[in-house]
Amino acid sequence: MESLYAVTTGSMSACGLFLILRGRTFPVVVGLTLLSYAVNLFLFSMGGLTTDGAAILDGFANYADPLPQALVLTAIVIGFAMTAFVVILAMRARGDMGNDHVDGRQLDDGREERR
Amino acid sequence: MSQHLIILPILLPLIAGIILLRTRMGVSHQQRLIGSLATLALVVTGVALVVQASSGEVTYYALGDWRPPFGIVLVLDRLSALMVLLTAVLALGCVVFACAGDDEQGSNFHGLFQLQLMGINGAFLTGDLFNLFVFFEVLLLASYALLMHGGGKGRIQAGLHYVVLNLAGSSLFLIAVGVLYGATGTLNMADMAVRLGELDPERSGLVRAGALLLLVVFGLKAAILPLYFWLPRAYATAPAPVAALFAIMTKVGIYAILRVYHLVFGDHAGNLAAPDQDWIWWLSLATLVVAAIGVLAARDLRLLIAYLVLVSVGTLLAGIGMRTPDATHALLYYMVHTTLVTGGLFLLAELIGLQRGKANTRLVKGRPMHRGNLLAGLFLLGAIAVAGLPPLSGAIGKALILQAANAAQQPWLWPILLLSGLCALIALSRAGSTLFWRSQEGNPSDARIAPCQWFGVTWLLAASPLLVVFAAPLSDYTLATAEQLATPELHIHALLPENGGES
Repeated sequence: MESLYAVTTGSMSACGLFLILRGRTFPVVVGLTLLSYAVNLFLFSMGGLTTDGAAILDGFANYADPLPQALVLTAIVIGFAMTAFVVILAMRARGDMGNDHVDGRQLDDGREERR
Repeated sequence: MSQHLIILPILLPLIAGIILLRTRMGVSHQQRLIGSLATLALVVTGVALVVQASSGEVTYYALGDWRPPFGIVLVLDRLSALMVLLTAVLALGCVVFACAGDDEQGSNFHGLFQLQLMGINGAFLTGDLFNLFVFFEVLLLASYALLMHGGGKGRIQAGLHYVVLNLAGSSLFLIAVGVLYGATGTLNMADMAVRLGELDPERSGLVRAGALLLLVVFGLKAAILPLYFWLPRAYATAPAPVAALFAIMTKVGIYAILRVYHLVFGDHAGNLAAPDQDWIWWLSLATLVVAAIGVLAARDLRLLIAYLVLVSVGTLLAGIGMRTPDATHALLYYMVHTTLVTGGLFLLAELIGLQRGKANTRLVKGRPMHRGNLLAGLFLLGAIAVAGLPPLSGAIGKALILQAANAAQQPWLWPILLLSGLCALIALSRAGSTLFWRSQEGNPSDARIAPCQWFGVTWLLAASPLLVVFAAPLSDYTLATAEQLATPELHIHALLPENGGES
């Protein structure tokens, strides 16, 4: 399970990183979302992966670390709010600047084709 | 009451912010009053905290009465008290300045301003790595909205870069926190310091990676060389009171570097001690060089001041890179000076821009200014202070930093720091003579300067002569702060009495 988990997290962050480096706001927003998913998965696993772990009741049995769960919830909430904000911001930038390039520049057509 | 004093700098702006957010549109007299009074109360709280911390004792506030390392704690020591007071003093100047009309350009200025203060104070007070992340997010969210207050193409574009960069930075922060938690099993900074001392050597690589990831995140906030490109444009386009408040934002990054690498990765951490030092030292010098070039190249007064913020970041980081109590003492003194003076200069630039009509703050010939002599006098004061010429506080701060360098560091630091001061001097005298002497014929503009605006500017710029007059008490305080930072055992012992002895 560990290797599957690691590969999933790694490929998601690689995709996210690639998309963040694109020139248009939409891929950048999707990239940020993917990256935050990857980070949430990573956070969830940071206390070590255990299966069939119960919540802490007496502290003796095989239990799941509760802290990463609490942290990942916080991170999800913050990440969700940030994504909503950046979507609105990207729309506003599209409206104000007339194009959706992150630098607000309209590139010439030849370079546009290659992107 | 004094027991709950530590959480007051977070609760006060939070409550004020919620009250201010109640009405969304328009700015009433009442809102301005609440915002200013809350900030004034924050200054008083800051003074009380400094008095409490100056006894040298590290006190903490356990939320929900969960003892550390299990609960979330707010820790008050000399450094955090100083930073909270500095924030409050800067914010008072900004919020009063904004009352003259900047707050009417968009909605919710005062509410967001208070929430931003809450985030900044929380980041200074928290003793928990994950909580540091949460407060970073609080201050960032407020800053996103404040940066784009009033709208406009330039702000939206600079804001987009700022938001995307900081979101990526937040992801890195979470990864770093995850790595450190995975390796040490705790998030409380004092507890992490104890556990690093007895760490399984197999995991030291992991911790090192986490530590350097954190450096990237803090470097992004502090604007170190390869991570500073967002800063000049964001600061130059932000509304003046916001830009002035942002003068403390880079210092949040510097504070975080100071805190984490002194407390968690101190000398007790064995081969993990100070993983950041070489990086910070060389990158700070490079930052100084690039910022000095930027200062010379700036064609707009606001952009020039934004690059001056970068010069100050480079100077402060050089102090961190030396990592001696002397250097920390010097950089803390310099930090107080540079935060207030650059904040004041941003406000002053706005006043100058308002008077010059279309030319705004661009360094071109413009119309003469109403009360130009007074503005020129204030500009002279700010320029002398920020360039580091005697007799104002910049000279004392720089001299302390130059003095703190050891023989191996002097050949690098002295020429670079002094030449960057020269560049700032050249750029500022060129800007000043263009703005005030080379004006066109004609009548001065009839834009009046409100008393609030005069107050904001003089409140911040007057700090510089005051810092000279009261240099002795302040430098005593910063020296004691530096010593407290250099002995993290005090901090650990206060939070975890049973662990303090062995670390």
